[in-house]
Amino acid sequence: MSFVEYGDTIKDGDTAIVFLGHESMFPVKVQHGTVTQTKYGVIRHSTDLIGKKYGSKVTCSKGGWVFILHPTPELWTMNLPHRTQILYSTDISIITMMLELKPGSIVCESGTGSGSLSHALIRTVAPTGHLYTVEFHQQRAEKAREEFREHGVEHLVTVTNQDVCKNGFGVSNIADAVFLDIPSPWEAIGHAKSALKAEGGRICSFSPCIEQVQRTCLAMEEYGFTEINTLEILLRVYNVRTISLQIPDLGKAAEDNSSTGFDSSDPSHQGSLCANLQQGAVQFKSGVPLREVVGHTGYLTFATKS
Amino acid sequence: AMEGGPSARIREGDCAVLKRDEVFKAVSVLRRRKIIFEKQWFYLDNAIGHIYGTTFEVTSGGNLQPKQEVEETTTETKEAGTDNRNIVDDGKSQKLTHDDIKALKDKGIKGQEIVQQLIENSTTFRDKTEFAQDKYIKKKKKKYEAVITIVKPSTRILSTMYYAREPGKINHLRYDTLAQMLTLGNIHAGNKMIVMETCAGLVLGAVMERMGGYGSIIQMYPGGGPVRAATSCFGFPKPFFDNLHEFPLSKVQSLLSGTFTTETLPADPEDNALVEEESNGLSEEKQTSLQETEEEPTTEAAMEINATEEQDTMDINAEDVEFKEKKENKENVREKQIKQWERRKKLIEAAALLREKNADGLIVASKFHPTPLLLSLLEFVAPSRPFVVYCQYKEPLLECYTKLRERGGVINLKLSETWLRNYQVLPDRSHPKLTMSGGGGYLLSGITVVLDKGKSDSSNSEALKMEEPSSKRCKLQDLPC
Repeated sequence: MSFVEYGDTIKDGDTAIVFLGHESMFPVKVQHGTVTQTKYGVIRHSTDLIGKKYGSKVTCSKGGWVFILHPTPELWTMNLPHRTQILYSTDISIITMMLELKPGSIVCESGTGSGSLSHALIRTVAPTGHLYTVEFHQQRAEKAREEFREHGVEHLVTVTNQDVCKNGFGVSNIADAVFLDIPSPWEAIGHAKSALKAEGGRICSFSPCIEQVQRTCLAMEEYGFTEINTLEILLRVYNVRTISLQIPDLGKAAEDNSSTGFDSSDPSHQGSLCANLQQGAVQFKSGVPLREVVGHTGYLTFATKS
Repeated sequence: AMEGGPSARIREGDCAVLKRDEVFKAVSVLRRRKIIFEKQWFYLDNAIGHIYGTTFEVTSGGNLQPKQEVEETTTETKEAGTDNRNIVDDGKSQKLTHDDIKALKDKGIKGQEIVQQLIENSTTFRDKTEFAQDKYIKKKKKKYEAVITIVKPSTRILSTMYYAREPGKINHLRYDTLAQMLTLGNIHAGNKMIVMETCAGLVLGAVMERMGGYGSIIQMYPGGGPVRAATSCFGFPKPFFDNLHEFPLSKVQSLLSGTFTTETLPADPEDNALVEEESNGLSEEKQTSLQETEEEPTTEAAMEINATEEQDTMDINAEDVEFKEKKENKENVREKQIKQWERRKKLIEAAALLREKNADGLIVASKFHPTPLLLSLLEFVAPSRPFVVYCQYKEPLLECYTKLRERGGVINLKLSETWLRNYQVLPDRSHPKLTMSGGGGYLLSGITVVLDKGKSDSSNSEALKMEEPSSKRCKLQDLPC
């Protein structure tokens, strides 16, 4: 297994995802002789995991069971240890497409943070591309290096521990794309420009506040970037529910079906809607929005160096 | 497997994209061919040899000329008003008449000059606020300074273009939704992907771009053959098509039940015993047919028509002609046979790839109801792999969700939608542009797991218990209607 290549069976040293059900999961490092505790009991790596197929159901000691999943950048994003605020897959997906990333792309990123975006970038540019990621916090840079090693992608990424606003990305004229997620991105636009290939490339900056966006846009214009475009993407998730609505009693005779306004013999109602008139209720399937949703992560500003 | 970067030069025969402000149009680069874009006509001849991303001006003769970088003309100290209390709309603020402007244009005066003249002849310009002056200039520039940028096609550009120009052809799949699909599906180099789409080949192209020529794709298609009009706009290098297979949807059931057969191939293409049964419903056209076709006549029928026509011509023609015709016909038939033989070979290859039932993911984005597609096509996907289904409407995905739960073998099902909001960012004038909520479509995504075959036929509520670990059992009460 690696984060850029699927494997069929679980091997010693793999990072696997233990899926407990309904959005509840955690990553585990597979090691001979190790045990992992879950609320369903113990998982013994040597007998329960190693050699088994990814996607298998594993029965724990208390008789409950879990699924073991192959890691992907998206699953990692949902489970990684937070060292900073992270980017989620919704923003990551539009960043990847708008930066025009593909196998072979050379990308610069700062800061590395918790590596949520880094894993997705590496996945997309593999096997021939490369990620140069810059993080000014020493422990975070070291932790990221360690994770990349564990996930079998160290050959695709270079982690540099420096301040991108002062020292840039440590490379020049080689990048197809640059991504910035730092407090003062306008101070790094010049460095971003020199990191990008002479013939051009794309840039993206992520900022939570509109004032940051304004300064960044001005800096981009100053450095001759074109196609400057700011957007925001929001995810809406729906729960699938069968809803039952009562039919009001208007004092009409019960056997007078047509008076309810529902024709139970209408075939178009089958499957999606069923009038259960005996119970005085109508049922239908609905996609119900979650009670609380993320309203804002940040603004994404894209531009082109040409 | 990589193509040149953005520095690539515009070559004759390329598929390029024209850009003016936010408007895109895909064109084939051909010499001496009139292009009409945004109410302007011009020829692309002069663009050939320039780097992609170059901005051109349209000259009066319809020729393109690389735009020179001009210094902003800030000659006089700017005069501006503070508000519009004294500005009256009497319709007489512009001293130039319609005819004057037309005359300027006919003279071939540069757009920049015309804009300058309009400003000078506007009596209210100086009284406008600085922001209003900016806005005025921007508006006039847009109208009179025709600049066109020629860019290299990419998923970003083509998906934006299709959504704006021909949303009907891609089932209103908005570009941010497509971006989600590529990420949720973990599309990357080396995958073995199954793609079922009726989006003019746009989704296929997006998947191909993300795979960079590494791995393989099996495209499932309805009717006579896959539509790949949008795919051909990407300008992929030839090797990208080596591992692109296609398989007719109409054969899926027989493949799953084990009744799908391909008779032994003719030992060599010269063998006249053409196996027509297998070629039924396969498109005659080459892969990148540029028109959308619903159903093409089967090759069998086409061959028959040809044969009778040949008979006729042979009867009435003189001997030497007849000989020549015979020869040509022979070659035609030979060519057809070879083509057909190749196609059958590819069909068998695709069937073999599917039979392994170890695909790394499934992407569905079509005009059909997603439920039957999912229930069948998921059989070909390995466990612990992501799948993503797009639908323009939410309701079919509600049904699909329920049916997948009943089937089992899938976890982490999620029904979602994204909204996109664009912003105008200018000093003291920042605000959202337009929000796009409706019409981008919906996604149902999930991950496959090993399916307990023995328990898949248990009752609905049983199946739910089997697939979700007990603690977090879903409180779904799907009553069979």
